[in-house]
Amino acid sequence: MQSLKRFNWTDVFMWVVGAALLILTIIGSYLTLQQGKYTTVQWFDLAVFGLAQGSVYALIALGYTLVYGILRMINFAHGEIFMSGAYLGYFVATSMQRSGFMQENPLLGIALIFLTAMTTSAILAAILERIAYRPLRGAPRLVPLITAIGASFFLQYVFRGLFGTQNRAYPEIAYIQGAIPLFGNFQIQKIQLIVIIAAAVMMAALAFFVQYTKTGKAMRAVSEDKSVAALMGIDVDKIITRTFVIGAALAGAAGVLYCFMFRIVTFYMGFIPGLKAFTSAVLGGIGNPPGAMLGGLFLGIFESLGPTLFLDGLGIPAPYQLKDVIAFTMLVMILIFRPTGILGERLSKTKA
Amino acid sequence: MSLLSIENIHTYYGNIHALKGVSLNVEKGEIVTLIGANGAGKTTTLRTISGLLKPREGKVTFNGEDLAKYKSHEVIYKGICMVPEGRGIFARLTVTENLEMGAYSRTDKTEIQNNMEKAFTIFPRLKERRTQVAGTLSGGEQQMLAMGRALMSNPNVLLLDEPSMGLAPVLVELIFDTIQDINKSGTTILLVEQNALMALGIASRGYVLQTGQIVLSDSAENLKKNPTVQKAYLGME
Repeated sequence: MQSLKRFNWTDVFMWVVGAALLILTIIGSYLTLQQGKYTTVQWFDLAVFGLAQGSVYALIALGYTLVYGILRMINFAHGEIFMSGAYLGYFVATSMQRSGFMQENPLLGIALIFLTAMTTSAILAAILERIAYRPLRGAPRLVPLITAIGASFFLQYVFRGLFGTQNRAYPEIAYIQGAIPLFGNFQIQKIQLIVIIAAAVMMAALAFFVQYTKTGKAMRAVSEDKSVAALMGIDVDKIITRTFVIGAALAGAAGVLYCFMFRIVTFYMGFIPGLKAFTSAVLGGIGNPPGAMLGGLFLGIFESLGPTLFLDGLGIPAPYQLKDVIAFTMLVMILIFRPTGILGERLSKTKA
Repeated sequence: MSLLSIENIHTYYGNIHALKGVSLNVEKGEIVTLIGANGAGKTTTLRTISGLLKPREGKVTFNGEDLAKYKSHEVIYKGICMVPEGRGIFARLTVTENLEMGAYSRTDKTEIQNNMEKAFTIFPRLKERRTQVAGTLSGGEQQMLAMGRALMSNPNVLLLDEPSMGLAPVLVELIFDTIQDINKSGTTILLVEQNALMALGIASRGYVLQTGQIVLSDSAENLKKNPTVQKAYLGME
């Protein structure tokens, strides 16, 4: 009788939906591959693009996950932090492009773009933490969440007010254009390679920082127990600010990489990548930095290969338009079937 | 002048009046114990001293200095370190990293290294397990780690909150022996315990706390003989 009581029609329904999606995916993939419409080179291109896009998601996702690990709060304004870095980076890029500086010193120019973007994001995040989140520490969890959404809109509309609603074209930096031939017909876009490598370097740096430096260890200690960390002499507020700043700097860098790839800047550009990165963080297990990296890469590749692989074979026209549907369907499925994500979440014992 | 003195503190949790005018003194080099039943306010007293809670009235002075102006993370720099109830180790950090966090307030690398060696001498078990993640240690080992971590800051006063909690009797003996050793090497100790018999066995003086007030204070010897204490806390008729 006990087992019968646990029987629940909602669960059955969800499992049926999940299984149906899985079967559709498999059938779609089988049909696509059987039709052989796409060459190996095309698949390779899609995969590399997915990896590059996923690297960007991973960088943003780290910001969500670091903050969540310490404060158990989803910083929904993180997408706008990403946007602000990209936006200010754009101004530096355009002016350097116009003055010819970029053509003469491309490496220095790119470094300056990154510096501007990362600094902007970091400063903005520090201010945001100080005025929007810190006063609410200890409030019920819903309160900072609502504030974060408010802050997100605030930043979006400040940028809209300051810089207008138009889409701005990012300058084409000649130095990073073109493709590098590999073997046979295979080649890799320079930009995509740069994005992947840059993201990998930053993630490695972050991993090193969190694992081996005094601040990194203190961050981990604070994420476990704030009052004991304070007893050890760790200034918890300072560590929280640093966490926001580090996450934001990564988001700023991600903003530049995103612009290199998609070459467009608008005031609402942070929304969708922000949501995707949030999905990545949940996918990998929120609060868990390696999970965010894994989740980001996974989502990027899934989103890039998915439409062609799953949907094309089913005869759905223009499948690539549905990539967001795939990403968010995956978010819903994860929340239903494995809410702790791939690697499991890591949480602070006491809430913010 | 006492090393640590608390004068008439009133601490609240929200609207709950937890400490109703607690005063006590700890002299340099002593072991002082604070005994009392569950909910009497023992932990609250320690949390007030270490700055995690701020008293609404009264003051905590250390070395003649009022601690009211310091935040909880600054108190350790004054030389007060607390081993929280339930140990409060960082379960996902390794043993070594936990000890390093104990030395967060210290900047001298050689001093930190020496303190770590000292902690490993006091608790050889920790040395064997130093690369292990602290969450995988046994309860006794976790208590050792919590105490070792507190010693990393070279405290003048060590506040111990229920070090015997959840430990096998043989480990309790070991922990209490170690507390005495730590005291002999010059650290003043304020010990909060439910195990009143053990605590009075190593302390020189004791205070009895009941519903937020000190109801008795005497030498440990006298407290052990006191019929009220015997009945209420030592389980004797």
